[in-house]
Amino acid sequence: MKRVAKPAVFAAALVPAALLAYGLWYGDLGPNPAETLQLQTGIWSLRFLVFTLAITPIRRITKCNIVIQYRRMLGLFAFFYSTLHLLTYVVFDRYFDFSGVWEDVAKRPFITMGMIAFALMVPLALTSTKGWIRRLGKRWTLLHRLIYFSAIAAAIHYLWKVKVVIGSPVYYAVIVGVLLAFRVFWEVRRRALRRTTGDTPPRRSLRETQG
Amino acid sequence: MLIRPPGVVRGSDITSEQHYLERRKFMQLLGGAMALGASTVLQACSAEPTAADFAGAGGPAVPAGQSPLANYKPKVVSTDEALNSFEEITSYNNFYEFGTGKNDPQRHSGKLTTSPWKVRIDGHCSKPADYLLEDLVKPHQLEERIYRLRCVEAWSMVIPWIGIPLAEIVKRAQPTSKATFVQFTTLHRPNEMFGQNQPVLEWPYVEGLRMDEAMHPLTILSVGLYGKTLMNQNGAPIRLVVPWKYGFKSIKSIVRIEFVDRMPRTAWNQAGPGEYGFYSNVNPTVDHPRWSQATERRIPSLFKSYKTQMFNGYADQVASMYAGMDLKKFY
Repeated sequence: MKRVAKPAVFAAALVPAALLAYGLWYGDLGPNPAETLQLQTGIWSLRFLVFTLAITPIRRITKCNIVIQYRRMLGLFAFFYSTLHLLTYVVFDRYFDFSGVWEDVAKRPFITMGMIAFALMVPLALTSTKGWIRRLGKRWTLLHRLIYFSAIAAAIHYLWKVKVVIGSPVYYAVIVGVLLAFRVFWEVRRRALRRTTGDTPPRRSLRETQG
Repeated sequence: MLIRPPGVVRGSDITSEQHYLERRKFMQLLGGAMALGASTVLQACSAEPTAADFAGAGGPAVPAGQSPLANYKPKVVSTDEALNSFEEITSYNNFYEFGTGKNDPQRHSGKLTTSPWKVRIDGHCSKPADYLLEDLVKPHQLEERIYRLRCVEAWSMVIPWIGIPLAEIVKRAQPTSKATFVQFTTLHRPNEMFGQNQPVLEWPYVEGLRMDEAMHPLTILSVGLYGKTLMNQNGAPIRLVVPWKYGFKSIKSIVRIEFVDRMPRTAWNQAGPGEYGFYSNVNPTVDHPRWSQATERRIPSLFKSYKTQMFNGYADQVASMYAGMDLKKFY
């Protein structure tokens, strides 16, 4: 099952990129292809962040442990699409004018937010290998909580980007908020349990099941 | 195709109907893929296509609801830059009455009935009147004006408008000395303009010009482009075109022109006063708070490599109206 399912998920995650590449090649991305590419890669990055954040709640609620096997792949796809998204800005909008990029990052909050969201993903992608998981031990779990802040920054980036705050940027902010609320709820409950029983239930580390 | 040299429109720039339909299919495919991925689909690609989707397609035939315009004076104002194709001009629009996606106006504006169409001219003037569109336009010579259109979002097109100078309409109404501004209002008809049911902007859309701006010879009321009457997504049947200002100043589907004695409360200025000023003259040195206005993307170029010109290249004609004004303050 796993031997089929994992490559299938991988291939499915590449479909949006493939469609965009096809559209770009055949001139089928509408009158403003750069905007289409930027919007689509951004939205898919946010979607994969949401998928990644959904894994743990799904696992804990359904007790279906198998889903954890897909978390790293989904997280890396979020990074993949956000890299493409950043490239559309640096190449199409700024044409490698890095001083202009820097000026935007310093001056424009929505770009600052987007850059924070991306920057926070970089260490996560770099330490996603089995070797790094082993080397970092408990600190790996701690480090990878950065995804919470990356997702928050990404959702804010989208909210601040639009001219009128309505529709999909709001939905994504709500979804990210709900997914993070699970974590807050679990943490609060864990602490409450500690106060009543006097001992500290361990945080559930998902590291050992990392596939 | 990335960066086009100035020149005439090539045959290859005009999208064939076959290609257009294939693009639809592609966009649906993309839309389907996204629907698989998440429940929220992107505006640009959402919704199943309907017959109305194709009502606005370009191509050889004159689409339904459009008629050819005769006897217009060609190229009264022109440019040596390449024109954007009819397909580009009619499929990539900001017209929030029909949704906020760029392709929404083409897909959702088919329902709008533009005939009969009345325009009320009133306020501080000696000859207020309700005109049928034909009666408003007929006494005047139609002219073709090939203008650059610069959107505040930093993209631009070159469009062969057909229309009449607004100044002639203003003179006909004989504004009194109290009239210092002109206020324009878009049709408010939520059952045909679904966007008006959403709290995107304050409806109806309102725009305004200072009296000297309204009287300027470059300012026109447009009723067509590419030799035909306007498509609904372009602001049919009559819209303003002010080529030295950001596109949102050029209000669409006008039903009222009112002479007023104070600066009108314009739609985008109400929605975001820090981002959209009343004047909104194209100015590469005054950035939008969220992006630079120094460069623009000439549709359909991939790169934002076109250097934005002061007053969108019409500085020689219009700059004197703003002499002595601090354009950073009056953005």
